[in-house]
Amino acid sequence: MTDLVSLSYSAALPEIVLAVGAMGLLMIEAFGGGSANGRSGNSDSNRGERAGWLAIFILVGTGALLLAQTGTERAFNDAFISDPFARFVKLLVLAGSAFAILLSFDDLRRAKVDRYEVPVLILLATVGMMMMISAGDLLALYLGLELQSLALYVLAAVRRDDVRSSEAGMKYFVLGALSSGMLLYGASLLYGFAGTTSFAGLEAAASAPGAATNLGLIAGLVFLLVGLAFKISAVPFHMWTPDVYEGAPTPITAFFAAAPKLAALALLARVLFDGFGGLFIQWQKIVIFLSIASMLLGAFAAIGQTNIKRLMAYSSIGHVGFALVGLAAGSEAGIEGLLIYLAIYLVTTLGSFACILAMRRDEGPVEDIYELAGLAENNLPMAFILAMLFFSLAGVPPLAGFFAKFYVFAAAVKSELYGLAIIGVLSSVVGAFYYLRIVKVMFFDEPKPRFSATAPYVKFVMITAGLFVVLYAVYPSPLIDAAAAAAKSLQL
Amino acid sequence: MALTAIFFYLFATLALASGAMVIVAKNPVHAVLFLILTFFNAAGLFILLGAEFLAMLLIIVYVGAVAVLFLFVVMMLDVDFAELRAGFIKNAPVGLLVGGVVLAELVLLVVARVAAPATPATIAAPIPQGTTNTEALGQILYTKYVYFFQGAGLVLLVAMVGAIVLTLRHKEGVKRQSIADQVARGPATAVKMVKVASGASAIPDAPAKR
Repeated sequence: MTDLVSLSYSAALPEIVLAVGAMGLLMIEAFGGGSANGRSGNSDSNRGERAGWLAIFILVGTGALLLAQTGTERAFNDAFISDPFARFVKLLVLAGSAFAILLSFDDLRRAKVDRYEVPVLILLATVGMMMMISAGDLLALYLGLELQSLALYVLAAVRRDDVRSSEAGMKYFVLGALSSGMLLYGASLLYGFAGTTSFAGLEAAASAPGAATNLGLIAGLVFLLVGLAFKISAVPFHMWTPDVYEGAPTPITAFFAAAPKLAALALLARVLFDGFGGLFIQWQKIVIFLSIASMLLGAFAAIGQTNIKRLMAYSSIGHVGFALVGLAAGSEAGIEGLLIYLAIYLVTTLGSFACILAMRRDEGPVEDIYELAGLAENNLPMAFILAMLFFSLAGVPPLAGFFAKFYVFAAAVKSELYGLAIIGVLSSVVGAFYYLRIVKVMFFDEPKPRFSATAPYVKFVMITAGLFVVLYAVYPSPLIDAAAAAAKSLQL
Repeated sequence: MALTAIFFYLFATLALASGAMVIVAKNPVHAVLFLILTFFNAAGLFILLGAEFLAMLLIIVYVGAVAVLFLFVVMMLDVDFAELRAGFIKNAPVGLLVGGVVLAELVLLVVARVAAPATPATIAAPIPQGTTNTEALGQILYTKYVYFFQGAGLVLLVAMVGAIVLTLRHKEGVKRQSIADQVARGPATAVKMVKVASGASAIPDAPAKR
């Protein structure tokens, strides 16, 4: 009665290694290396960093295992799919997690929350994201999403003595639980009307004649989209984003803005293409609405913000809107644009947050954008890199961000979504205002006191991101080729 | 057959009676204890139905965890139940309405079953002959659904780690038990012979009391 052939684990080997690595790390740190009571706080502060390095090592190992995989493999009765699309996004997510850990060392030590649980939770969240990206079944989708989200709620509140951090964790948890409830409700409707939870089965139900008038299927799809829109913080389900981004410790915010968004967007693409290809006309309208609303709100709401973390939150909402343009196109070119967009967004965001982490005086971190005044006089390299990153986020040629937007808009035009492309271009022009305002503050305002010295890892991330953004136009083909190969595995 | 019927009526009567006692008992601790009795009787009914796995689950999860949690809440939080009960008559219509809706749904379920006898057959997935339902569940849980099973395990691990990260505090100056130190204590390290002069303190360094 058991189909033993389907129990081949090789497709999921990277996930298994990562999960076992996370648990092993937890064991090593909990039982080894000094007892929790007694011992001075000094040895504890090194433990956070040691756990972080071990976590990065595990992430790199997982990435190597991913690179060794080829072709499309399915495991666990098709609940787990490892194809070029999944591997492309997974590599990005692993890189995002590793760089977020690298960014966290200095800041968390100063905030006295450099506990070894932080890298462990980041690893477990990464396992959840990889499960999401590879999901081939509604159950796998939900479990991956919940594994990722639960770890993120805890990470948001990890500075438990700080009111804002606790508030961020609480808000994230309550709204995240609400969205999970909606998603589950949608999934149960889908199961009721399609009779299966696998994406292949859903696709069969969605392609059957009369599926477009099957209200149960459509309602389930809408609820599923609502739940996922919460996770990618697309308008009108974005309300938690600014508060959570502002309240969570900055390196954790960097992690939030980078890896989970990628995973959730990849999951959205996977479930819509693999599971609901037959209902393309129906979901395309919803995605176009989410995309336009996110782009416009991201552009206009950020204008009034003076806290740089809130500003980045609105910026990330806007960028989700741009990424959704690629999804709305519903073509291979659209997915390719989406993947390139995600890769460039990841690097730029991590670089920007490295700069935000460098905004620190001796008395503590500062988050107001006017504290950046005159940065060009105090620290020209950092001002230059930050300006390049913000120009890239705004989409100024010839920086990487311009090409990211170009690919998704080109895909939209090719799919004859002219209105969407025009609104996208206009909102990116509006959005350019607040990025340029910061550049103006940095280069032309009266200098404020200098920032204290930046930690070497933060500097490393900053410089790497800056180089990528500036030099992308010189040699773009590896990324484009990889994205094109990945997009082929997702067919409408 | 008659024996089964006797047990059915025994469990059913006790379940109904103790269910009623949960509502009417004055003492909240008694109410929770009656709730536990209800769970046990419901478990008995499940065994009569041949669902021994559900019966065990009911005992382990509801009696072992949920009811004990209720007891903790009732006993540790000082809830004034007399005050809560004061609105019993006032809230009775709402309660009756909710109860009525549930009853109507149950009746509809039975009616639907009678009207369309084919429906339950398509829903139910019968277990193979010769296996107990615990075995059947295990066979499907550890093969077809092993991925979800392990994923759910990871989710629970994260919940546990999260609870510890957010609430466990190592306060300075808290005296903790060190079992190794306690076991290693012997007469040589624990006992000190002191010659006490008459009228002096037994503690050598302390000043003598007047």
